[in-house]
Amino acid sequence: MLFEFSDEHGELRRTVRNFLEKDSDENRVRELMVSEQGYDPASWSRMAEELGIVGLIVSERHGGAGFGMVELAIVAEEMGRVLLCAPYLASAVLAASALELAADEAAQDEILPKLASGEAIGTLAFSEVASPWDLSAIAMSAESNGGAFRLSGEKTYVLDGHIASEIIVAARVGGELALLRVAGDASGFSREALPPLDPTRKLATLRFERTPATRISSGDATRGLERALERAIVALAAEQLGGAQRVLEMATDYAKTRFQFGRPIGSFQVIKHQCADMLVEVEFARSAVYNAAFASEEDPESASIAARMAKSYCSEAYLDAANRNIQIHGGMGFTWEHSAHLFFKRAKASELLFGSPSFHRERMAASLGFGATQSNPR
Amino acid sequence: MNESELRERTRKLLAEVDPDAEGDRRVEFRGAQFDCGLAWVHFPEGLGGLGLEPKLQTIIHDELQKGAKTYYEDMLVNPIGIGMGAPVVLAYGQEAGKRELLRRIFTGEDIWCQLFSEPSAGSDVAGLATRAVRDGDVWVVNGQKSWTTLAHVSKWGLLVARTDPDVPKHDGLSYFMLDMHAPGVEVRPLYQITGEAEFNEVFLNDVRIPREHMLGKEGQGWRVTIATLMSERVALGGGASRKGGGPIATLLDLLETVEVQRSVSEDALLRDRVAKLYIESELLRLTGIRAKASQNSNVPGPEGSVGKLAQAEIAKAIWQCCSDVLGPDVLVYEHGYELRQGRTSTSDNRLSAKYNLLRSRAYSIEGGTSEIMRNILGERVLGLPGEPRVDKDIPWKEVPRS
Repeated sequence: MLFEFSDEHGELRRTVRNFLEKDSDENRVRELMVSEQGYDPASWSRMAEELGIVGLIVSERHGGAGFGMVELAIVAEEMGRVLLCAPYLASAVLAASALELAADEAAQDEILPKLASGEAIGTLAFSEVASPWDLSAIAMSAESNGGAFRLSGEKTYVLDGHIASEIIVAARVGGELALLRVAGDASGFSREALPPLDPTRKLATLRFERTPATRISSGDATRGLERALERAIVALAAEQLGGAQRVLEMATDYAKTRFQFGRPIGSFQVIKHQCADMLVEVEFARSAVYNAAFASEEDPESASIAARMAKSYCSEAYLDAANRNIQIHGGMGFTWEHSAHLFFKRAKASELLFGSPSFHRERMAASLGFGATQSNPR
Repeated sequence: MNESELRERTRKLLAEVDPDAEGDRRVEFRGAQFDCGLAWVHFPEGLGGLGLEPKLQTIIHDELQKGAKTYYEDMLVNPIGIGMGAPVVLAYGQEAGKRELLRRIFTGEDIWCQLFSEPSAGSDVAGLATRAVRDGDVWVVNGQKSWTTLAHVSKWGLLVARTDPDVPKHDGLSYFMLDMHAPGVEVRPLYQITGEAEFNEVFLNDVRIPREHMLGKEGQGWRVTIATLMSERVALGGGASRKGGGPIATLLDLLETVEVQRSVSEDALLRDRVAKLYIESELLRLTGIRAKASQNSNVPGPEGSVGKLAQAEIAKAIWQCCSDVLGPDVLVYEHGYELRQGRTSTSDNRLSAKYNLLRSRAYSIEGGTSEIMRNILGERVLGLPGEPRVDKDIPWKEVPRS
C-alpha cells in the first residue's frame, strides 16, 4: 500500500547507509571525483557481491535481486546523501532497465547477468545535443546492410560513457527507434570524457564513424525506452531527496553551532525560517519520491505523471536547499574545503539531467489536459 | 464493550429516534445519542460516553451515516463547543451541572465561542490584556476580544483573562466560561476584507463571572489554553483529502472554460505555473497521507507539522493564479462589498476565484501565522534555538506593548 514500508525496507536502508558511510565518506568522494575513472572498482564489487544492490532491479533469472522501484528509491536516496561516485545510475538503473524493458531476450540473457554481477559496466547512449532528453528527437540512424548495422554520428551527456564496457545506443532503424550494441573496441568508435560541472558524476561524448553495431531490439523500442527513462528519473529524484535531506541537516547543524552577535545564528528568524522552508520542501520531495516509487508498482497509469512530478519537484527542492546551505554557511560555504559546493554542483547537474523541471511540467500539463499547441522547452 | 455491541447500540438508537422523521429532530436525536453514551465514547458513562477508546467513535459515525439520510456533523452543529468546550468542561468543570452543560453542547442548544485573541494580542496571545479582578465571589472582567467566531449566537464563551499583572505573562492568566448573555457583554460584527463578518469583536465592560465558572485554578489559564489551541491547528492543517480536490480543482476547471483555453495553450509561463501548483497541491495531499500513516505508527515524523504552513501558502498562490487566468474580468467584483454577516459560498468558479483571492489572504494568518509556524518547525522539529525573549521573566505590566 501507498507509503507502507516493511521491516525489510528498513533493514535495506540501514545496510546501505552503514556501507556508504564508510565507503563513500567525504574523503573518498574527493579522491574519486578527481580520478580518471571516477569510481572505485573494489567498492563497486562489494556493492554487487556483498550488498547485492548492483543487480537490485535486474530480474532473478538474469542474476539480479528482482526488486522494484520502492527498493531502488531507498538505495538511490542513500547514495544521494553521500554523493556516491559510482556508475550506479548509468549501469544498474538506466542500462539495466533499457535492456530489461526494450531488448531482445538473447541480449538480455547475455548482458544483464554481467551488469548485475558488476563485472561489466553498461550505459545507454541516447542523448543528442540538439534535444538531449526527448526520445522522439533522436536523429542518429543506423545504416543497414543485410543484417549488419553501422552507426555514424555523436551521442553526448552519456553517463559514465568513458568507462562503460557495454555500450547500448538508441538510434533509428528505418523510422523505428532501436537499441544497438557497440563493442568498446569497435572500429570508428571513440570516447571523450567531458569535464563535468558535477565532478561526482562523469559524462562523455561518444563518436561513431561507420561503427559496426548489433541490433538487440525488435520492433519499435520507444515505449520500452520511455519506461526505462521513467525508472531513471525516479531513481534520480530519490538521489535528489537524499541530497536535500543531507544539506538540510548540514545547514541546521551549522546554524546551531555558529555564533555571531553573541548567539547561534539559528536563533535568528531569518535563518530559522529558511531552514523551516527547506524542511517543507524536503518533506514534499519525500512524498513525491515515495509516491512515484509506489505508483510504478501499483498504478502504472499514473506512474508517468508521478515520475515527472517527482523529478521536477525534487530538482528544485534540492537546488534550493543546496543554495540556501551555502548561504547559511556564509564565507565558509563558498570555499573548496567545505563540502557545500559538492552538493550544489550535484544538485544543479541533477536538475538538468534527463530534463529540466519545466521540461517535465510541460509534458505533465499535456497529460492533465492543459497542454501546449506547440512547445519544446529543454 | 466490543465493536459489534457498539454497532448494535447505535442501530438501537436509530430505531428509537428516527432522525429522518418530519421536522427538525436534531435536539431530540442528539440528546438521545448523548443519553446512551454515543456522543463521545471516550467520555465517562453518564456524560455522553462509555469510557471506551476514542477511535471507536468512527464506528458510531459509520453506523449513523449508513442508518439514516439525516446525519448531523459535529463541526456544523457546534464546532467550538464540541472541539474545545466539551473537553475543557469535562476536565475542569464543576461536577454540579456538568452533565446538563455537556448535553446541551452536544445537542447544539448551547453554542460556544472562544475568547482568546485581542487587538493587541495576536501571535503573542499570552500577552493579552483583558483583566479579571476578584470581587468577593465574582470576577469582574474588562477588555476587548476579537476574531470571535459565532459570538453573536453563542450562549457560552471560553475566556482567557489576566488575573495577575505582577507576574510574567504566562503565569498571570486564568480560564473562564463566560455567559455571553451576562450584562456588559457586547458583541459586534467584525467586518473583513470581503465586506463580510465571519467573526465578531466582543467588548467586556464590568462583566461579572461567578467564581465557580473559572476552569482550572487561578493562574493556570495558559496550560488550559495551549491544549485548545492545538486542536485548532490540527483542524486547519488537514489538506485536501481527495485527489484533484480543493482550490486546484477550481483552477483546472477555469482553464477548461472556452475563453481561456486558447490563452493557456499559447502561454508557456501560465502552463508552467499551473503545473507547479498542481504538483504542490498533490504533494500536500500525499504528505497528509504520510502524516496519518506515521501517526498510526506512533512515531510521528516531521511530515505532520508542515501541513498548515504549506497549505496556506499553496492555496494563496492558487487563488492568485486563478485571478490571473481571469485577467481583466477581475476588475469587476460581482459580490459587492455591502457590509454583512456570514460567508459567501458559490459554485460559480469565476465568482469563487474573485472571492477567494480576497478571503485567502487570511490563510497565512488565522490559526497561527506562517511566521509562527516557521518558528515552530525551526524550533520544535529542527531543534534550532529560540529568539532571546525580552518578556519572559519580567512582570507582565512591565512588558512594552503597542
